[in-house]
Order: sequence, then C-alpha cells, then structure tokens
Amino acid sequence: MYRLTAIILTAAIAAMLTVLVYAGPVVKIDGSSTVYPVTEAVSEEFQKIERWIKVTAGISGTGGGFKKFCNGETDISDASRPIKEVEVKTCREHGVEYIELPIAYDGLAIMVNPKNNWVDYLTVHELKKMWEPASQGKVTRWSQIRHGWPDTEMHLFGPGVDSGTFDYFTDAVVGKSGASRGDYTASEDDNVLVQGIATDAFALGYFGTAYYENNKDVLRLVPVDDGNDADGKGPFLPTHENVVNGTYQPLARPIFIYVSKKSAGAPEVKKFVEFYLKEASKLSTEVGYIPLPQKAYELARKRFEKRTTGSVFGGRGAQVGVKIEDILRREE
Amino acid sequence: MRKSALNKWTDRSFFAVGLIATLTGLGVLLILLTDVLTDGSGRLSWQFLTSYPSRRPEEAGILSAWAGTAWIMALTGVIAFPLGIMAGIHLEEYGKKNWFTGLIEINIANLAGVPSIIYGLLGLGLFVRTLALGRSVIAGAATLALLILPIIILSTREALRSIPFSIREASYALGSTKWQTIRYQVLPAAMPGILTGTILAMSRAIGETAPLITIGALTYVAFLPASPVSAEFPFINLNGLSDAFTVLPIQIFNWVSRPQKGFFANAAAGIIVLLTITFLMNAVAIWLRHRYQKKIRW
Repeated sequence: MYRLTAIILTAAIAAMLTVLVYAGPVVKIDGSSTVYPVTEAVSEEFQKIERWIKVTAGISGTGGGFKKFCNGETDISDASRPIKEVEVKTCREHGVEYIELPIAYDGLAIMVNPKNNWVDYLTVHELKKMWEPASQGKVTRWSQIRHGWPDTEMHLFGPGVDSGTFDYFTDAVVGKSGASRGDYTASEDDNVLVQGIATDAFALGYFGTAYYENNKDVLRLVPVDDGNDADGKGPFLPTHENVVNGTYQPLARPIFIYVSKKSAGAPEVKKFVEFYLKEASKLSTEVGYIPLPQKAYELARKRFEKRTTGSVFGGRGAQVGVKIEDILRREE
Repeated sequence: MRKSALNKWTDRSFFAVGLIATLTGLGVLLILLTDVLTDGSGRLSWQFLTSYPSRRPEEAGILSAWAGTAWIMALTGVIAFPLGIMAGIHLEEYGKKNWFTGLIEINIANLAGVPSIIYGLLGLGLFVRTLALGRSVIAGAATLALLILPIIILSTREALRSIPFSIREASYALGSTKWQTIRYQVLPAAMPGILTGTILAMSRAIGETAPLITIGALTYVAFLPASPVSAEFPFINLNGLSDAFTVLPIQIFNWVSRPQKGFFANAAAGIIVLLTITFLMNAVAIWLRHRYQKKIRW
C-alpha cells in the first residue's frame, strides 16, 4: 500500500518535470471592463474560425491591464482611455513597444428618472456645477442648478473612482481628471446606478450608453449642450449619429486596444488583430457601442500593417472631444 | 418557589431566543435560495453547463468556469491540506513553548484575518512573477492554498488540543514512539475536527474572486485546462497546471455587471451551480468525518 503510494508520487513528480510546459498558441488579453464585451465578442467569433488558437481575456481595468501589458505579460491590452505618461514610462523601461488601435466609441449618457419633468437639457456648465468638488455639501437642490427648477433635493449617482468612465467624465465636465465631489452614490457596478435612478424621482447619474439602451423603460436620457456652437448648435442626445459626427461632445470617447509590437510578430496575434479590426464595426454595435467611421478602421488597419508604435495622444491620458479619424490622419 | 418559576421562564425564553436566531439564518438562506432558483432555474440546462462564454446571453455557458473551479479547488485541497495538518501537528505536538513559537502562533492567527486581496498580491509577486508560474491554474491554487492555510492550521491545533492527554499517555505506556502515538491515536481521533475546519476553509476559498483577479484569472476562456489523465505513458498529464483559467465567481461577477438583462438569469444559474458544487464538497467532507467518527472507540 505504502509502496504503491510512493510509486505513484514519484511518477507524478517525474511527469511534472519531464512534461514540456507548452500550451499551444495563445493570445493573451487583459484590461478595461468597458472594452471587454467587444473583445469577448471578437474572440468568440475568432475561435469559430481558428480553433487551434486559444484566446484569453481578463478584466483588471484599464490601469491594471497596462501594468501587466507593460510588464510583457499580455499581448493585447483593452483600454477605455489612451495610455498615460507613467504607463508609457513603464512600458519603455521594460522594452514593450505598442501599437494603439481605436476600435469604437462609447457615449456617456446623462440619465434621470422618467418622473423628472423639469430637466429638458443640461449644459456642460450646469453639469460642472453639479459635479465639481467645490459643490460638495453646498449644491444639493435642483433649484440651485437652474432658476425655475423645483426646490427639492438632488440625488447624484455615478461610477466609483477606479473606473475609466469616472476619469473621463471628470476630465470632460470638471476640467481635471479625477476631480469630483464625493457626496454621491458611487458604484463600480453600473446596474446599481440604473436601479438607483430608476427608483428615485430626484436622481441624476451618468454611465455608458449601453446601460441606457437596455433600460429604456425605467430611465430618461438628457440631451447635453457643450455651449460650443462650432461643433453643432444646441443640446444633443448621444445617438449613433451625433457621436460619430462629433456633435455629442464632450461626452463621447473612443475606446482602444493596445497591441505589443513584439507579440504582433507572432502569427496568431497578427491574425487576431486583423480579424478584430475587420469585425469591430459590426460586433461593437451588437454589444451596445458605437462603431467608428469606416475611414477610421482603414486608418487603424494601415497603422497596424506599418507597425506604427506609440500613442497619438502623447501620453496625456484621457482627452476630451477628439475625433479619432482626425488624429489618425495627423500621423499619416 | 418564585425563584424556580423565574428560572423556568428564563429557560423557556432562552429556548425561544435560540429558535428565533436559528430561524433568522435559515429564513434568509431560504429567501436567497428561492430568489436565485426562480431567476436562474430556467437557464439551467445541459447547454449552459457545456458552453463557453458568449456575447449572447442565451448562448453563453459556464463550462470553462466550473471546470476551472473544480481544478482550483482540487489543487488547493491537495496543497493546503497536508501542509496545514503537518504544520498544525508540529506546532501542537512537537513545538516547544517559548517566545518564538508564541510569535508564530500570533502571526498565524493574524494571517487568518488578513483580507483576501492581500493574498492575491502575494500570489502575484511570488507565484506569478518570481517563480514565473504565469497566470496559471497552479498559481491560482497555490494562492488560495496560502489563503486557507491559517484556518486549517488553527482548526488542526484546536482538534488536537481536544484529545485528552490520557490517550497519549496510555499509548506511550504501551511503548509507542511519539510518531506512532500521533499516527495511530491522536490523528484519527482529531480527524473529524480537522475536517470540519477544512470544510469551512474550502467553502471560503470557493467563493473568492478578489485574489484570483489580482493574480490574473481571466474572464473569457474558451478552452479547458488539459485533462489530467492521458492515454500515453506516464498516464498523468500535468499540462493543465500551466493553463489559463477562470472560475465561477468571476464569471458570475462579470455577468451581473453587464447591461443586457439576459445575463442576470445566467448569473443566477451560475450561482446555483456554485452552490451545488459547495454542497457536494461539503457532503464529501461530512461523509469522511462520519467515517472517522465511527472508528473512534475509547
């Protein structure tokens, strides 16, 4: 009995040492949970064609994804904002060069309860008054935002500080990434925000448009006016059209994948990225995002073909009001 | 007379309070179960258990998630169980009582209360990076093993301590060595207690998400770790240990946070599967405990 156990154990250890640790071609992806649904959809379709290539995707957040990516642990990083300076530096230190590819737009929707009959639209200025750090504890009633609005409490809902959506919104509205009042109901789970606004007549909140699309019956979308008539006059709703033609500003942002240049040399990664850019338009629509104009996908394809490395955003992180094809063209 | 009436009343009211306390716990569990079952039972099907993740809720399944959970739990047990029990035996039976063992004891007790994400960071630094195991099944299992090790050590020591010293003395008196005494007298008698502690520890580990996300467990995995049994010599294939994986809590967490309502039903169905695995695991441990208990004849 003991001898048998000993033999099995020895065999197991021997096997562990002799078996070559090789799992076949794998494309490793990690990063933003906002970009994840697109990556999941692309991987799903990709594996129907390329059965022998394994694709894995994680959701450690844009920042968490870049940490692994710049350490050479992943091939592709999902990002809901451009790479930041610190991340650029870490990547350089580890010798990781990257190709930045935009894949879709995500609109941020401003949402109120359907019972709210006073808010017809909001200007960016009014949004700033609602959300800036100086308003904490002071601006708490609807009447303080605009004359004539009811003198009732205002309840704010938004994503937590770890979210790329929070970074982008604060940058776009308050003017400084991460600058927000703290006395609002924060949750990393957007469905909690949906529930909060749906059950509170005095609520207002912001999150990705995909969550509005799936909860149209319990939420009301608010048009936003950026006060800049050069990009279209008047308040706009985050419709497909308004996001693509650049009138829904500043609350529409591009989302990206970053491909390691070294990994791009591997046939499985190359195949996957080419497939991604080919299918991104169709699949991003399917999971609730807004596709880029065809021209932008062509430019991204060229960028990948030429293996153009670096970020067109110059390591400045989230940037407000960018039309992606303009930036890509700048580099042509 | 009045005193005894009061005592009787106290006795009855304590019974009532105890009953209410028990029913509160059971009631909440019942509400939770009914809620999850009504939401998720419609989604439970063979297709759900045998499909990979998908962007379409009705096509998505949890094959990679439950297989990952099964791998991780089995390996966690294999690593943590012997290590924990041996450490417990050493500290309780062999360790001398001095300031050094005192220090170790306090540290182990403290470790049992450390938030799980800290273990995730340790696992990332030690297993994933330093030992270069990558974001693999073995790295995940080793991390969770570390997480539950303190609980297993503590419960092993408690179980050993509850064995009357006279048993050990009787064994020595018959000429047994220390090892023989532990192996044939103390350990079998302490086994039921040790197993109870292990059940609790494993039940904690199966629901963990944070440490596994930290070490890089994934969400989209459309393949299974390589099968541990192979047709060729040496018939054991350990390739699976180095494969990427996902587990049930991560898949459930991802579905709950998606905008499409169809994913909520998937999440509920996933919870049912997770609960079933936990119940099965506990059932095996309880059966083992029962077997050991029957063997004790003092």
